[in-house]
Amino acid sequence: MSYQTRFGSLQHFEKGSIEIINDDPRHYVFSNLFEVAKGAAPYEKVVVAKNLEYVIEALRTKGTSAWFVAAHDEFAVVMDGELEIEFVKLDDPGLAVAAGHEGSVQLAGEPKGVPMGSIRMRRGHQALLPASAAYRFVGIAEGVVLLQTIQGEHSIEKWAEICLH
Amino acid sequence: MSAVLSQVPQNITATEPDALTGYRTFRLGAFEFRRDAYFAKVSWQVKGQSRSHEMPADAFLRAMMRDVAWGFFYGWVNFDDVLGTRNHYGRVDLYAGSYNAEFKKAGVDHLEQFDTPVIMATFKAILADWVNEGFDPFAAPAETGSAFGFKQGENMAAIERFRVATRRMPGLASDSPLRDDLPVNRQFSDVPQDEPEIRARPGFEGQLHAFNLFKYLSRSDVTWNPSVTSVCKNSLFCPTTEEYILPIFHGNDRVEWFVQLSDEITWEVGDKNTGAPRARVTMKAGDVAAMPADIRHKGYSTKRSMLLVWENTTPDLPKRYERGELPPYPVTF
Repeated sequence: MSYQTRFGSLQHFEKGSIEIINDDPRHYVFSNLFEVAKGAAPYEKVVVAKNLEYVIEALRTKGTSAWFVAAHDEFAVVMDGELEIEFVKLDDPGLAVAAGHEGSVQLAGEPKGVPMGSIRMRRGHQALLPASAAYRFVGIAEGVVLLQTIQGEHSIEKWAEICLH
Repeated sequence: MSAVLSQVPQNITATEPDALTGYRTFRLGAFEFRRDAYFAKVSWQVKGQSRSHEMPADAFLRAMMRDVAWGFFYGWVNFDDVLGTRNHYGRVDLYAGSYNAEFKKAGVDHLEQFDTPVIMATFKAILADWVNEGFDPFAAPAETGSAFGFKQGENMAAIERFRVATRRMPGLASDSPLRDDLPVNRQFSDVPQDEPEIRARPGFEGQLHAFNLFKYLSRSDVTWNPSVTSVCKNSLFCPTTEEYILPIFHGNDRVEWFVQLSDEITWEVGDKNTGAPRARVTMKAGDVAAMPADIRHKGYSTKRSMLLVWENTTPDLPKRYERGELPPYPVTF
C-alpha cells in the first residue's frame, strides 16, 4: 500500500472547517495561507498568525521583491513554488535598521554592501534570514512563502477578510 | 506500602514487583499508581474515602511519556478527562478530577503540588517499570508492539528520547543535528528529499543556511512530539508529525497556533476548566488556526501528517493570561 501525502498549493488547496458547539468561530482565527496568498499582491506581507508582537506572514512569491532587513533573525519556509533568496552584508546595517528594532524594514533602493550569495529553494525548504543581512526574494515559479518574524511597519492585518466567521 | 528498592531511585516510593503481574505500584503524595495487564489505576483519598480512576495502559503510558518528554509542557497535560498535570514551571500540580465539572461539583477531586524534580523522577520510574519490551509510547499504534500483558522486559531506549534542543536552526554549526541518518517514515515515502542549493560567496560560507524541513519531518521516528526548528527571540517553530490520536488533552496557558503543513487533523476543543465541548476544528494543508488560552484540545490524524506548532515562550505569559491582562484570543475582528 502506498500513501499519498497531501500538500496545498496556490492552484489547489482545500480549506478545512469549524463545527461550533458552544463558541465563536472568530476565536480560532482560521484561514488558509494559500487562499490568503492567492488574494494578495506579490510580496504583500499578510499576517496569518499573531502572538503578541510575533507574527507569521504569508507572501505570494512572484517576480522580484523589494530588499528587506531585520535586526533579528527571521525564517522563511517555502510552501509552494520555487524561489531564490539573495543576501547582502550591509556596510552599515545600523543605518538601515536600528539594533533592537523589531520587524523587518524595507530598504529604499539597492542595499550598500557586499553580496553574500543566494539560496535556491523549493517546497518544504526552510532558510535562515540572518539578522542584519539584507535579503530579497526572486520568484522562479510563482508560489507562497511563510515568514516567521516580528510585526513590522509593512505587516498587513486583514483578519475579517481572510478568516472564517 | 513498602519502599526503596534497589532497582528504583532512592527518592521513589514503590513496592516490590507484584507476584502475578510483575509490575510495581508507586505512590506520590496521596496518589497511588497501580497497573495490571490491561489498565493503569490511580487512586487517592478525599473526605476520608478512597477514590479511583482507570485508563487503558497504552493510553496512560502514551500520555505520561509526553508529559515527561515535554517537561510538563505549557500549561495543562490532561491524560484524559480526569487525570492530569499543570505546569507552574518549577512546581507541578498532579490532579484527579480538578478540571472535570462533575468531579468538582461532587467534591471528589484531588490536587497536590510537587517540586518538578520529584514528580519527574516518579513519572520516569513508572515509565521504566511499566513500559514493556517492544512497546514504544511515542510510536503510532501501527508501528509498535503491545503495551498490554504481564511485565516483560523494558524499553529504555524508547522512553529516554527527549525533545531535541535547538538554539537557532537545525544543521547550523553547534546546533541540533538534521535527521539524514533516520529512515523516511512509511507514510511519507512520497515526500521529496531534495535539498536547497546554498551558493555562498567566498568568505560567507557557513553564514547562509537552509535545509529541507519536509524531509526532516518525513524522517521523524515519533508522533505528537514537537521539536524546535527555528528561533526568533521568544517565537519558536515546533513542527511535529502526527498519526492516530494526541495522547493528551492539552490545556493552554497561553495562545498557541497551528499551521497544517500536510494532510489533515481534526481537533476536539473543550473548555479548559470544565472540559465542556466547544468546537471541532478540521485543518487541511495550508490551514492556520489559533488555539486560544482558555481551551483544551486533542487532535486526530488518520494519515500521518505534518503540523507546525507555533509557541511564544515570553516569560510570565501564563500569569498575564491568568490575571486577565491578556485576552485569551490573539486577535479581535
